[in-house]
Amino acid sequence: MSRFLRIALFAPSAAGLGALLLWSAAGLPDFGHYHHAYGRILNASAQSERHVTNVVGSVVFDYRGFDTLGEEFILFAAVMGLALLLREIDDRRPQPREQVDSDALRLLGVGLAAALLVLGLDVVAHGYLTPGGGFQGGVIVASAFLLLYLALGYRGFRVLTPRSGVDFVEGAGAGGYAVIGIASMLLGAAYLHNFGPLGTSGKLAAGGSIPFLNVASALEVSAAFVLLYTEFLEELAAVPVRA
Amino acid sequence: MIPLQAALIALVAAGALAVVLTRNLVRLALMSSLYGLVLVVFFLVLQAPDVALSELVVGAVGFPLVILVAAAIERGG
Repeated sequence: MSRFLRIALFAPSAAGLGALLLWSAAGLPDFGHYHHAYGRILNASAQSERHVTNVVGSVVFDYRGFDTLGEEFILFAAVMGLALLLREIDDRRPQPREQVDSDALRLLGVGLAAALLVLGLDVVAHGYLTPGGGFQGGVIVASAFLLLYLALGYRGFRVLTPRSGVDFVEGAGAGGYAVIGIASMLLGAAYLHNFGPLGTSGKLAAGGSIPFLNVASALEVSAAFVLLYTEFLEELAAVPVRA
Repeated sequence: MIPLQAALIALVAAGALAVVLTRNLVRLALMSSLYGLVLVVFFLVLQAPDVALSELVVGAVGFPLVILVAAAIERGG
């Protein structure tokens, strides 16, 4: 394609895109002004309807639970694709040597990883009471394992995250979410419709099926990110490091 | 818009520009991690703690790790 033709194609499309962007920006509500009814309705009714104090959690795992199912499987498919591309079938690659020699560093790293793990589990457990939830807590849990890699080296990391276990947890999380939706249908409601006792607002035992979907998504997300980190760190470990 | 929000919008814009202009991969990992942290503060100021938590772990930890590994592979292989 000649230079003239490329510019002739680019200039009008760039101008058109710019005009559309400006037009849509001019129609946006003012900064800090929200006009849509959906948020107002949920803010007013989510707590009394579902007995949860984090309205975002009730949107993610209840009112828009079906969207979250799609997001779960986007992550699932993305990490599966990554594993397909990067995972080695045979183990002929050189095993990396232990790189962390300082006991103090190991102790500090393991201690911090333990604290991070507890924080992640706390964010998961209170996902529908306070900010957080399955996704946020799950990624924090996965970060705790990443910290273990920094503290213990690749071999220690792999011992603590056995592949078959991580694969199983990821599948169980993604599949569990879908199965909870089927449970709603068996009870005579729509797919992923909230069921079960609503409990007391502000307590852990609240929200009907929201806590179960929350835990399923935490399992899926934490295992997916551990798997993602494993695949990348494996690439790193197989590279001969030059000083 | 309060001054804190305006200052953070300016910081986010500067951070995004810095990320785009960084060519060295190791620096890019550090820069995108810092940019993630700026975004976290921005989301907190806009009262979106759920989004801030996600951004904190994905933007400041997960994504830079992927870049770091890419940089190490490029350097070693």
